[in-house]
Amino acid sequence: MSITLYVPRDSAALAAGADRVARRIAQEASARGLDLQLVRNGSRGMFWLEPLVEVATPAGRVAYGPVTVDDVAGLFDAGFLEGAAHALHLGPTEDIPYLKKQERLTFARMGITDPVSLTDYQAHEGFAGLRRALAMAPADIVQQVLDSGLRGRGGAAFPAGIKWKTVLATPAAQKYIVCNADEGDSGTFSDRMTMEGDPFMLIEGMTIAGIATGATMGYVYVRSEYPHAIAAMNEAIRRAEAAGFLGNDILRSGKRFSLEVRKGAGSYVCGEETALLESLEGKRGIVRAKPPLPAITGLFGQPTLINNVITLASVPLILARGAEFYRDFGVGRSRGTLPMQLAGNIKYGGLVEKAFGVTLRELLYDYGGGSASGRPIKAVQVGGPLGAYLPETQWDLPLDYEAYAAVGGTVGHGGIVVHDDTADLSKLARYAMEFCAIESCGKCTPCRIGSIRGVEVIDKIRANQNRPEQVILLRDLCSTMVNGSLCAMGGMTPFPVLSALDHFPEDFGLVVPDRKAA
Amino acid sequence: MAALAEGSGLDARAAVRAVLEQRAGEPGALLPILHDIQDGLGHIPADLVPEIAEALNLSRAEVHGVVTYYHHFRAEPAARHVIQICRAEACQSMGAEALLAHAQLRLGCGAHGTSKDGTITLEPVYCLGLCASSPAMMLDDEPHARVTPRTFDALVAQARSES
Repeated sequence: MSITLYVPRDSAALAAGADRVARRIAQEASARGLDLQLVRNGSRGMFWLEPLVEVATPAGRVAYGPVTVDDVAGLFDAGFLEGAAHALHLGPTEDIPYLKKQERLTFARMGITDPVSLTDYQAHEGFAGLRRALAMAPADIVQQVLDSGLRGRGGAAFPAGIKWKTVLATPAAQKYIVCNADEGDSGTFSDRMTMEGDPFMLIEGMTIAGIATGATMGYVYVRSEYPHAIAAMNEAIRRAEAAGFLGNDILRSGKRFSLEVRKGAGSYVCGEETALLESLEGKRGIVRAKPPLPAITGLFGQPTLINNVITLASVPLILARGAEFYRDFGVGRSRGTLPMQLAGNIKYGGLVEKAFGVTLRELLYDYGGGSASGRPIKAVQVGGPLGAYLPETQWDLPLDYEAYAAVGGTVGHGGIVVHDDTADLSKLARYAMEFCAIESCGKCTPCRIGSIRGVEVIDKIRANQNRPEQVILLRDLCSTMVNGSLCAMGGMTPFPVLSALDHFPEDFGLVVPDRKAA
Repeated sequence: MAALAEGSGLDARAAVRAVLEQRAGEPGALLPILHDIQDGLGHIPADLVPEIAEALNLSRAEVHGVVTYYHHFRAEPAARHVIQICRAEACQSMGAEALLAHAQLRLGCGAHGTSKDGTITLEPVYCLGLCASSPAMMLDDEPHARVTPRTFDALVAQARSES
């Protein structure tokens, strides 16, 4: 009888040596005359355990990890194919507390299925949402998205249904669906995992969006730093087309929708929706002034629905189970779940999908196990390079859009980057300005020039040149950038800078009696 | 004339023409075209920009603007191997700065430079999406996590032995 084994193909597993482990397992099995079926699944999102090898036993899947090439022979000897004990034995995968405590809706299939197997996808509720959508009127599909309370998961948190409604209501011969997969925020990888580990979910979400709004062409704009995601998406699109889930006659409904992957070229600001559209049109990724909104005048001047990967990937489940099911998770105006990403100096880094309302402290300690270095955690940056550095006093806030906005922070795309007490927040503030200077598209002055002046001013503060005056200048500069920039790049770069200055003045050489000056 | 003599050879020109023929009709074709050219030739030769512009009915300035705007496109060929070291916040929290400094010392070049023996180009990169396994780097298309100076040296030695 053939035994099924799983070795992830996710980039983070590959980076830990998953390909070498998979090859060694295959060699070892053939040397022992064993009939193995090796599935390259997505990652479960527990990256400290990668490569995480799973064995399908009659009692369910049993996990071993992190497995190195040198462990493979010993695992065979110990009888891991029967789920036997071994130093790397982690027990039934589903019982690992990190996974068990999560509320995986969008990531329900992640790590369980073969990412490019249509059979696997459909055996796990795949295309149930699309099938329901095909039987509904476009306005009813849009209503489901509105009722679910889903908000843009890219960072801006704009109600998704309103965008959908606007595109539906704007007549045009050609409309577009654009997926923003330009996941450039440090500390985020949920888009990458989705494209590598469950690409059909994104394809299904985009197809539903097309049917709901009347768009027949879709583009997935993926950053060039994600070659494995690009390959997995292309493979999945090819298979979905061949099986009639995409193309001119989707599931014989007469409806059509086509998809194409477009590769970015290393520009962070192309994650801003209008810059992304410029880039898709073959131009420099320069931000457009709004209005007009992309929903009315978007790609090639046509009505365009542009949403983040996770936003679109949340839609199949909303359609399959109904808006109420999704809306029942979460708190306040933050409905549903957010796949959060624990990153940086954290012991157990990975993907944690929870309903909104969880606290940072729970994530950092109950899931993350504290810092990787074992030193005290000093500051946590939530929401990517444009997110605030949160000190310990703010770790008990419920993670929801409004609660974070109230303290000058942002949930963003759900990235959580942990720094221990060796971090110098003035250096990180300087980096925020430097990054803005490198990545600014250059269209507006507050961002283009302000970021360069910001680096200079922080350098002077760090070197103690007229420090009190420079601090005043830095605050003034930040105010200009917040209020005068065209998009979030310049408009939010002050968030990490000011939060560092406000909460960690000592790192800027401001002693406690100077706190008022800060 | 000197510029022509130093310019791209017939093969490069033919490769660019083939790409243009295949893609020039696609909507928003410039980025896919530049990717194809760079994937094939290793860079976007400046003397072929006029030909790309003409095929797309764009000005040379527009094409030049796009090539120089995006960090990914290069006007000069890279070495046989490219190492990208992430220097974004998550990797910084796990020692990326020290790793980049080590890499520069070991390769004998700065960021965006090429090692003294001409085999490896070093590029800083801002996030590889491997933020829970920091510090991260890519060696060509191969991701590597939790990179230490020691594993960096081993990867460099391995890459050099292949080139």
